[in-house]
Amino acid sequence: MSHLLEVRDLHVEFRTRDAIAHVLNGVSFHVDAGETLALLGESGSGKSVTAQAIMGILDTPPALVRSGQVLYEGRDLLALAPEERRTARGAGVAMVFQDALSALNPVFRVGWQIGEALRVRQGLSRAAARRRAIELMEHVCIPAAAARVDDYPHQFSGGMRQRVMIAMALALEPKVLIADEPTTALDVTVQAQIMDLLRQLRDERGMALVLITHDLGVVAQVADRIAVMYAGRIVEQADVHALYARPAHPYTRALLESVPRLRRDGEPLKAIAGLPPNLTRIPPGCPFHPRCPMEIPLCHEQLPAVLELPGGRLSACHRARELLDA
Amino acid sequence: MLEVRGLVKHFPIERGVVFRSAVGQVKAVDGVSFTLARGETLGIVGESGCGKSTLARLLLRLEPATAGAALLDGRDIFAMQGAELVAYRRQVQMVMQDPYTSLNPRMTVGDIIGEPFEIHPEVLPKRARAARVRELLDLVGLSPEHIDRYPHQFSGGQRQRIGIARALALEPRLVVCDEPVSALDVSIQAQVINLLEKLQAQLGLSYIFIAHDLSVVRHISDRVAVMYLGRIVETGTVEDIYQHATHPYTQALLSAAPEPDPALRGGSRIIRLEGDVPSPANPPSGCRFRTRCWKAQQRCSQEEPALIARRPEGPTQLSACHFASETIDPPR
Repeated sequence: MSHLLEVRDLHVEFRTRDAIAHVLNGVSFHVDAGETLALLGESGSGKSVTAQAIMGILDTPPALVRSGQVLYEGRDLLALAPEERRTARGAGVAMVFQDALSALNPVFRVGWQIGEALRVRQGLSRAAARRRAIELMEHVCIPAAAARVDDYPHQFSGGMRQRVMIAMALALEPKVLIADEPTTALDVTVQAQIMDLLRQLRDERGMALVLITHDLGVVAQVADRIAVMYAGRIVEQADVHALYARPAHPYTRALLESVPRLRRDGEPLKAIAGLPPNLTRIPPGCPFHPRCPMEIPLCHEQLPAVLELPGGRLSACHRARELLDA
Repeated sequence: MLEVRGLVKHFPIERGVVFRSAVGQVKAVDGVSFTLARGETLGIVGESGCGKSTLARLLLRLEPATAGAALLDGRDIFAMQGAELVAYRRQVQMVMQDPYTSLNPRMTVGDIIGEPFEIHPEVLPKRARAARVRELLDLVGLSPEHIDRYPHQFSGGQRQRIGIARALALEPRLVVCDEPVSALDVSIQAQVINLLEKLQAQLGLSYIFIAHDLSVVRHISDRVAVMYLGRIVETGTVEDIYQHATHPYTQALLSAAPEPDPALRGGSRIIRLEGDVPSPANPPSGCRFRTRCWKAQQRCSQEEPALIARRPEGPTQLSACHFASETIDPPR
C-alpha cells in the first residue's frame, strides 16, 4: 500500500559561483494520515530544504533537485510540470512557516489573506471567502474572529499571527500539514498553546503532520516518529519513545546528552565537539565521524548504509547494533 | 556586590510631530529589586515584553532610570559621573544575543576584541594589546592565529565566543548576558554554556543571565528571578523556584517548558494560561498576573501583592502572590 506522502532518495544541491553545496544527500521518509513525523536537525541539516522541495518552492537556481521522488497519494510530484504539480499537490499539502510576521503580507487584511486560496482555487465570492475566513479563524481559536477578520497582521500578537498562518494553511483542508519551526519565535506558554492546536487539528481531521524543528523538547511532546537529520541525510529514524530511551546513532545520543534538563541538576553539559560539516566539503565516509566519540577506521572510508534494526527503526551508523546492545 | 532597589523605567508614548506630548507610559521595568554577590549567577526569566532586556540596559547604564537605584559596592550607578562612570563601565560588560549582528562585519576579530582598549586606553599600553587579544582568543577557545579574520569567517558559536572575549577584555566583575545562547544550535549551545561556566570559575565573575529557556537558566544559575510585566513575581534559589514554585505564573511557565522526554508528555501536565500578556502601557490593577490567573479573587485586583517570603520552609524564596500557600487546581 502506498503512503499518503512519501519522499524517496531525494538529492538536492545548491550551485553557487564557486562551489556546489550538497544540501540533501538521499533523504527518504513517509508519513500517513493522523500521524506526526518530526524532522529533527540543526541549522544546515537540510530539514527546511526538504520541506521546500516537497512544496515545490525551492529557488531554482541556485537549488537543483538532482534525483529522487516526492510521492503524494502515489503520484510523483517532481515528475509533473509546475502547473500540474500545483493541481496535484493542490489542496493536499499545506505548509506553516516559521516567522509569521514575514510570511504574512503586511498590507492586506488577514481575512483577505486567509480567503485568498478559496477565491483563487474554489472560485468563492469575496463575501463567501470572508465568511469562511471567519470560520477558520474561530477554528484556530482566535478570539472575536468576526471583529478581527479585517485587521492587519501587525495588529496581532506573535501567537495570534501564527494562528492566522495555520488558518490559512487549513483553508483548503489539506491532508498533510508541514509545519516548519512553527513555535520557534514564540514564548513557551504560547508555544504550548500552538502545539496543542496543531495536535487537536491533526486528531480532528486525521491530517498527517510533518513537524520540522530543532527543539528536542517539542519533538518529545508531540511526535509519533522522529527522523534525525545531519548533513543532508536522515541518520536515524524511530518511534519517539524508542529513540529517546535508546538512541541508535551517536549523533542522536550526543544531542540528547547536550541539552540541559528542567528536572535534573547540572553536571557540566556534554557538548558535541567541533562543528557541523561545510556542505560544499562533506567529509568522506560517515559525515559525522570527525565529531563522533565512537568512530573507527571504517567510518573514515565508507558511508554507512541505512540499517534496519528491531522495532522498525533505522540507523545510518556502522556501530548501530553495538549502541543498541550496550 | 550589586544591590538593585526599586528600579523603574518608563518609556513615554508620544503623539504629534511638531508638538510632541506624552500620552502614556510603557512601564517596561516597574519596581525591580534584587541583590547579586561576587561569583554568583542570577538567572532572569520571563516572556517577551516582561522587561528583562530593559533591565539589562539599565544595569549597563545604557538608559537612565526613571526611579530607583542600583548600588555597586554601595555607590549608586545612576549618580555616577565622569571618571567614576568610566570606571564603572569597565567593571560591567555585556554579551549580546545575536552573534550575527552584534559584531561589526568590517572589523577584524582583533579589532573587535581590542576595541575596548581604545575606549579605555589607561588599561593597557598600545604595544601590549595585540598580545592580550591573543590571550583572550585562547581563553575563549579560539585559535590566536585567527586574529586577522573577519566575523563572517566564523560560525555562530565561534562568533558568540568572540562576543564573550570582547566582554572580558577589560576584566569586568559583572557580565550581563542577554540571551547569549538562544540563537545557537543545540550542540553549540552546550559548548558556550560550558565556556561561560569555566570562565566564571576561573575569573570569579558574577553573571546576570537573561534567558527565556528555563532549562538553560536552571543549569547555569545559583538564584533565579521570574519577571512578568516589568516586575519580579518570584525569586529564590534554583531549588526554590524549580521544585517549590509558589507563584502561579512560575508554575505555568515551568509546566509549559517542553521536556526532552516523551515519557513526560500528556496534556494534563501543562497549565493552560488564557489569553496574552496585557500591554505594559496599561497593566492591570493590583496583581498584574490576575487577568490570566486561575487563583484570582477580588483582593488581587485591589491590592498589589508584595514580594515577600511566603513559604515557611523556604526563607530565601520570595513570592508576589496573595494566595501562594493555597492549593487550587489549575486548568489543564
